[in-house]
Amino acid sequence: MKKDAVFIFSEEQLGYSFSDSHPFNQKRILLTLDLLKKSGAIQDSDIIAPRMATDEELLLAHDKKFIEIVKKAGKGELTEDIGSIYGIGTEDTPIFPNMHEASAMLVGGTLTAVDEVMQGRSKYALNLGGGLHHGFHGRASGFCVYNDSSVAIKYLQKKYGARVLYIDTDAHHGDGVQWSFYDDPTVCTLSIHETGRYLFPGTGSITERGNGTGYGTSFNFPIDAFTEDESFLSIYKTAIKEVTEFFKPDVILTQNGADAHYFDPLTHLYGTMDIYKEIPRVAREIAEQYCEGRWIAVGGGGYDIWRVVPRAWAHIWLAMKNIPTPTGPLPEDWLSTWQEQSPVTLIPTWEDPVPLYEPIPRKDEINEKNAQMLSRALHMIRNEQIDK
Amino acid sequence: MLIEEIMIKDVLTLSPENTVKDALDAMRDKKIRHLPILSIDGTVVGIVTDRDLKEVVPSSVSETKDNSPYDTLLSEVMTKNPLTGHPMDFVEEAAVLFYDNKIGSLPIVSNKKLVGIITETDLLYKYIELTGAHQPGSQIEVRVPNTPGILFEVSKVFHEQKLNVLSVLVYPDKENEANKILVIRINSMNPLKIIKGLKVSGFEVLWPNVPGIDV
Repeated sequence: MKKDAVFIFSEEQLGYSFSDSHPFNQKRILLTLDLLKKSGAIQDSDIIAPRMATDEELLLAHDKKFIEIVKKAGKGELTEDIGSIYGIGTEDTPIFPNMHEASAMLVGGTLTAVDEVMQGRSKYALNLGGGLHHGFHGRASGFCVYNDSSVAIKYLQKKYGARVLYIDTDAHHGDGVQWSFYDDPTVCTLSIHETGRYLFPGTGSITERGNGTGYGTSFNFPIDAFTEDESFLSIYKTAIKEVTEFFKPDVILTQNGADAHYFDPLTHLYGTMDIYKEIPRVAREIAEQYCEGRWIAVGGGGYDIWRVVPRAWAHIWLAMKNIPTPTGPLPEDWLSTWQEQSPVTLIPTWEDPVPLYEPIPRKDEINEKNAQMLSRALHMIRNEQIDK
Repeated sequence: MLIEEIMIKDVLTLSPENTVKDALDAMRDKKIRHLPILSIDGTVVGIVTDRDLKEVVPSSVSETKDNSPYDTLLSEVMTKNPLTGHPMDFVEEAAVLFYDNKIGSLPIVSNKKLVGIITETDLLYKYIELTGAHQPGSQIEVRVPNTPGILFEVSKVFHEQKLNVLSVLVYPDKENEANKILVIRINSMNPLKIIKGLKVSGFEVLWPNVPGIDV
């Protein structure tokens, strides 16, 4: 029988670990899964172990030399100055043991998710270990070694001949995936992110629209710092609907970075849990309406792993299973298990406290600026609609 | 940086005896907007821009059937004896020339022969490279007193943290002339450590800097 959703997970995914003090911490996956288990929303039969991506699969989106360098680094055979040319052994992506295997495992998880959906065993699939959207063809960047989404999209093209829409709601621009398919008219990339004025990586302006025959299939929606929920969601809903209608994909792949929240230490978008309740439910509706339900979701950023990520990511699975959005207190035993380890006081409810922060001055101007950005970014496809 | 490092060396040119139609075709095919006009001995005698041509040919919505404007010789529409630059001019000097004279391109001449051309777009891209915005990085702004040695003090903090700097720009502080704003790009996604380090060393960090909002 076809399942509604599968959850890709094994303890091996936790091997992607730079250091205890590094902001990128895969313990988030464990915290999320435990929250779902203790909420009674997931059974062991929903969980599928990921496989490791083969070298051949990694080569779909990565340079041979780069893969060799990562392999060497993981075995302690690489000097720092050579590694830094490939972004390895840097402040952002330090070397750790078995770096290649751990990174290939995250890619393999996303490929497992792809196969489950494309071979009709499940409508939706979730790999929270994936979403490493900054990885480049020949270089690690922004906490990401291999780019699971880039490999998975190439794999979807090659094995299934699918037209893929990639939707990235991480607070950082999805640069690695965008550049991988910048010339390709059969892949559409859509990224909503905090403007690159200050924030890493600095790219993702609305003028980045693709190149050559791929011109017009890259969409960027850079939003201002202090955007808050309302403007974020209005841009997300409008952008995803109009771009999907325009591109007509066979399948959607969503990257679900959970770092646009007020508590996130690296960004300034001032979102609350309300955006994470909505994002996956809208994605599911769009997949149902345009892609016969085919939807693969991966994780991404998210640097408040205690107060934000577990609740935010749980909402993706709840949306996939079509379980009504939970309200009120989190399971008592989840809170008591993790509070001891957490350096901050956990939020005890599915909702954020109200108000979460002081009101933002200039809210109207920020909303207006975002709205103007949206209409400029969609200008071309809206004109095309009128011409028809 | 010298002009010869950034100029385009493969330049498409026409002669004064070519027609407006020749120039329009060349601009459309090569997606360019400026054409140096050379005499037989290779001297730059003029320059034709897309705007010069638009002034000659009928508007695309006009109903006139007169095709003669397309046969006009370029010698009649070109700007004669245009400003030129030398390959060893500084890029900064050329930028001032563009700004003061409101021009869009500069033919580069050496030994009386055309050797290259630079356009506004080339200069703009150079500027983008200078800001470091063409490679992944985070941007930090630091307000510092305008005193000798201050850049050394700031860079010490980056040195201590072994952080690689992509670019540094120095801006005037609009609010207070006794200050400068340093705009620094680092190739890291996590600027929290360096921000803390700068604050501990007594510097004012503006990140992100949205007027009217304090973080």
